[in-house]
Amino acid sequence: MLKNPLSFQLGLSPEDFLPATEEEKASQVVMRESVSFWKDGLRRLAKNKVAMVSLGVIVVIMIFAFVVPHFYPYSYDLQMKGANNLAPMQYSAAEQAIIDAGGSVFPHIFGTDSMGRDYAIRVMVGTQISLLVGLIATAIILLIGPLYGAVAAFAGGWVDLFMMRIVDIIYTIPDVLLIILLSFALKAPLDTLATMPGFGWIQTVGTSMISIFIVFALLYWVGMARMIRSQVLSIKQSDYVTAARALGVKSGTIIRKHLMTNCIGTLIVCATLQIPSAIFTESFLSFLGMGVAVPLPSLGSLASAGLNGIYSYPYLLFIPAAVISLIILSFNLFGDGLRDAFDPKMKK
Amino acid sequence: MTRYVLKRIMLAIITIWVVATLTFFLMNMIPGGPFLSEKAISPQATAALEAKYGLDKPLWEQYISYLSDALRGDFGMSLKQRGRSVMDIITTKFPVSARIGGIAVLIALVVGVVLGCVAAVHQGKFWDGFISVVATLGIAVPSFVICTLLMYVFGAKLKWLPTLGLKGWTSYIMPVAAIAFYPMAYIMRLMRSSMLDALGQDYMRTAKAKGLSGNKQLFKHALRNAILPVITYVGPMLAYTITGSFVVEKIFTIPGLGGEFITAISGRDYTLIMGTTIFLATLVIFMTLIVDLLYKVVDPRIKLD
Repeated sequence: MLKNPLSFQLGLSPEDFLPATEEEKASQVVMRESVSFWKDGLRRLAKNKVAMVSLGVIVVIMIFAFVVPHFYPYSYDLQMKGANNLAPMQYSAAEQAIIDAGGSVFPHIFGTDSMGRDYAIRVMVGTQISLLVGLIATAIILLIGPLYGAVAAFAGGWVDLFMMRIVDIIYTIPDVLLIILLSFALKAPLDTLATMPGFGWIQTVGTSMISIFIVFALLYWVGMARMIRSQVLSIKQSDYVTAARALGVKSGTIIRKHLMTNCIGTLIVCATLQIPSAIFTESFLSFLGMGVAVPLPSLGSLASAGLNGIYSYPYLLFIPAAVISLIILSFNLFGDGLRDAFDPKMKK
Repeated sequence: MTRYVLKRIMLAIITIWVVATLTFFLMNMIPGGPFLSEKAISPQATAALEAKYGLDKPLWEQYISYLSDALRGDFGMSLKQRGRSVMDIITTKFPVSARIGGIAVLIALVVGVVLGCVAAVHQGKFWDGFISVVATLGIAVPSFVICTLLMYVFGAKLKWLPTLGLKGWTSYIMPVAAIAFYPMAYIMRLMRSSMLDALGQDYMRTAKAKGLSGNKQLFKHALRNAILPVITYVGPMLAYTITGSFVVEKIFTIPGLGGEFITAISGRDYTLIMGTTIFLATLVIFMTLIVDLLYKVVDPRIKLD
């Protein structure tokens, strides 16, 4: 075909319309190393002094709760004769005799309780129990909440409507009433279950503790489910997902690259903030006498027991109370820091 | 609007029904009955008592007859406290809890809003830091810790305030402070961030440019907009004060509804458990509903669906 010399059209030939070769495609990919979402978030988190200090406090508390009890010279249920109600750093008569004879006795850093048990180890084991409650309860919520929310968001239509109505109903149920009722009601069936072979661990953990987990599994996932649902709905309609679809990206890749990465920030933040709330609930129940089984201590039951001797031995109350507050405070502050670092909407 | 209100009321009624049903079957799962613990009572007498209160019938029949009675406003007689109806117990005990809770809510709102505003206006200065520390502590420290601290300092050491029961207005100070501390801290944080947001808005610059006085800018323009998020929190706060008072009532031995609920459960006083649960659930659910509707009235930007 003759080309008009005055035409501005490019001299295109049919070869120019062939599909691109692999090398040509490869040259289109931007080679600069991308600053990933995680690196970016971690960098911002590391700059946040309050969050880093809280993280340090959490790590120290975890070491005292999970590692130190293994090396500690006393055990949490060891009752020492004549060592009842010692003040911090005080020795019983028998121990004083050993010291006078040149021996060494590990000091009772926080004193002992009314049954002659070393209080420092009891507080450490109590912290361990409280932390475990917080972590396990959060794990349960993390299993149920996001799945429910994501399914509702993906399904849409009347399924979504129905599922969210259930969430609305659970959300407005006054939780404390049900928790108290449940921990009473589940006690007997769990006790019978504990006598069966293979379920002996229920006795050690305590039936009330299990009912706390069941309550969390039943009631507390709704907040997480709501959040994930709204997140998935808004991301599904966002421009970058539309763009990815227009570019022909597969659904699986969209879910993995866009939906998940954008939800995970919210998930982590929610989970971190859920831990203190679980610990809060557990200590509240233990304080009302519906927590872990004796002789296992939890911070709430220690505080509750300490309340009886508040006039003579106030430190028995103040030490566990201070530890609970410290745990909840540092998890809250760390969670706030995580939100500032990982929530894409918080970027400045 | 009417459709939305009707829908919400429907949902509230369903929720109350769910709570009542759950409570009914859970409570019957607890082993033991209301008449087991009493001494010197023959099996015949127990059977007669159970027949009198209809406890010998199958569970389903009991459930249906309870619900139909409750719908007619008849919550039955207490099984343990002879000769007293459940309604009678609730109407004598609830005002005690409500008075303490109501004062706590008022204090939390007023102090929280004022301190939150002060922190926002003095952003980055000493007062801001101080109020932030108080707010963070208030959220982290459980109410029973605050109770016991207060009791130790003002009750045991200084002997300024009575620690047990309700005798005179001084007995109200510590329970109210213990309940109010958490919501107050929460409102302070909420108020501070929304006030900072409002202060940075364009209409504030306009108000300044118009030559409005500082107070007028603050109260007429910033505060009115910034207080909206606090209203959404009032619903959850009411629920918190009602349930949070359980521990506080136990510590200070206040004869309120929370303590009554716990003794009712341990005594298997079925009708009283049902009565208190339905009463408290209805209260919380409708309070939340009213607050949500109120929010719509105050903030016309909110769209109800």
